[in-house]
Amino acid sequence: MALYSEKVMDHFRHPRNVGIIEDADGIGEVGNPVCGDIMKIYLKIEKDIISDVKFETFGCGSAIASSSMATELIKGKPISQALQLTNKAVTEALDGLPAHKLHCSVLAEEAIKSAIKDYYDKHQIAYDHSQFPDCKSCGHCCEE
Amino acid sequence: MQIYADNAATTQMSRTAIAAMLPYMEEIYGNPSSLYTIGQKAREAIEDARERMANCLGCTAREITFTSGGSEADNQAILSAAALGAKRGKKHIISTAFEHHAVLHTLKKLEKNGFEVTLLDVHSNGIVAAEQVAEAIREDTCLVSVMYANNEIGTIQPIAEIGAVCREKGVLFHTDAVQAAGHLPIDVERQYIDLLSLSAHKFHGPKGCGALYSRRGTPLISVIEGGAQERGKRAGTENVPAIMGMTAALEEACRSMEAHTAHLTALRDRLIHGLEKIPYSALNGDGTQRLPGNVNFCFEGIEGESLLLLLDDKGISVSSGSACTSGSLDPSHVLLAIGRPHEVAHGSLRMTLGEDTTEEQVDYMIEAVTEVVDYLRHMSPFWRDLEIGKRPHVFSK
Repeated sequence: MALYSEKVMDHFRHPRNVGIIEDADGIGEVGNPVCGDIMKIYLKIEKDIISDVKFETFGCGSAIASSSMATELIKGKPISQALQLTNKAVTEALDGLPAHKLHCSVLAEEAIKSAIKDYYDKHQIAYDHSQFPDCKSCGHCCEE
Repeated sequence: MQIYADNAATTQMSRTAIAAMLPYMEEIYGNPSSLYTIGQKAREAIEDARERMANCLGCTAREITFTSGGSEADNQAILSAAALGAKRGKKHIISTAFEHHAVLHTLKKLEKNGFEVTLLDVHSNGIVAAEQVAEAIREDTCLVSVMYANNEIGTIQPIAEIGAVCREKGVLFHTDAVQAAGHLPIDVERQYIDLLSLSAHKFHGPKGCGALYSRRGTPLISVIEGGAQERGKRAGTENVPAIMGMTAALEEACRSMEAHTAHLTALRDRLIHGLEKIPYSALNGDGTQRLPGNVNFCFEGIEGESLLLLLDDKGISVSSGSACTSGSLDPSHVLLAIGRPHEVAHGSLRMTLGEDTTEEQVDYMIEAVTEVVDYLRHMSPFWRDLEIGKRPHVFSK
């Protein structure tokens, strides 16, 4: 069996929503270069709906595919729904990831949460802090 | 265009090697330990092969033990020297930080059994100096193990000088010559080598076959028990076809070494010069003291696995020392040993050319790598940070 599913390879080869949003309403960045992966998510939000989303990723094939899939899953969705996005959902949508690559889907989930939190902070919108646990993505990947 | 540029991982078998194997699968398939004719014919064949292997290395046939490959040979060489050392109360071993894991993991095991291991630092050009070895040798040193050429960055170590130091101090010298055999000259006498490991599939022979040279008077311990094969030092029915293929391949490689070296060196340098034009990139390891077919680069701002996969889409087979391809979470220990920071080591690419590689293929590789690096940098937030000065560049433009 190949390392990656067809879906992963499709999103890796033809990533959706690559780029930046100059006037983004929220930006989230997780990971670090020492670990070998960084994901950055840009959100445009209109009336609580994610009207546009872009990403930049430094990382392996599954990191790029996970970012691409995660952006697809939240595009056009209400924030409340995007906050429900789990790494499991990203993995399932990609028809699975190898066990040692699951942290890539965790990064995607955390990058989106981080971008939404940034939106809330910038726009002084009150929120439940327990929704945004401290980003563990780096420790997660380096100490796993 | 299909380009195989991962010859340090394995090579295509040569026609000569395949032809040398077939009779021992189809006709002379007897067990060399059997007493009837086709058994004895197989026995004669492997003893003849042993003689020919010895000729390639400058030793005698009795000093050659056939193994299942380079890893087994490394394990057996080190464990044998350690057992000999322990008998004499010498339990200190010297090696380097960038050896193959077949060596490093065996040393780790010995550390758990009371041995002390000194891993020498590697200079930033990927070379260990004989003086470092001389300084590290102690009264209780029983073995020095330094690879002939590094498997990732291809740098060639001053084996003869290190061997001379060891001989003078009366310490056994092992070299893992898995990347060197068939590609660089080997003469165990002139290079003062006591133990040497090699692997057939790195020089167009079959997989699962290797050899261990051990100088007369350097007794081996058996790593695999269960039979009297290989003078009781390696149990298991000999892999006759593979031994015949390996021998034919090594002879062929040694015969053509000069021509291959000239061809590969020219292509290697062409590839290096082409890739050096990519901004913020750097060659890993010395520019000239390296295997003729080895090119290894780091590119800032990108990750090696995605680079490798996109090159595969363009028909190019290469490898990377990124964590994602090493199967662990840390990037290549070799790149870290020569001082590359983690974030740069993740963006490494190894291209190892073969005798069949053409100039046209090299030019295509330069074009493809340049294009893919540029593409990946444009989607990398790490690269953006480097470009806007938020993080410092490691290499110069």
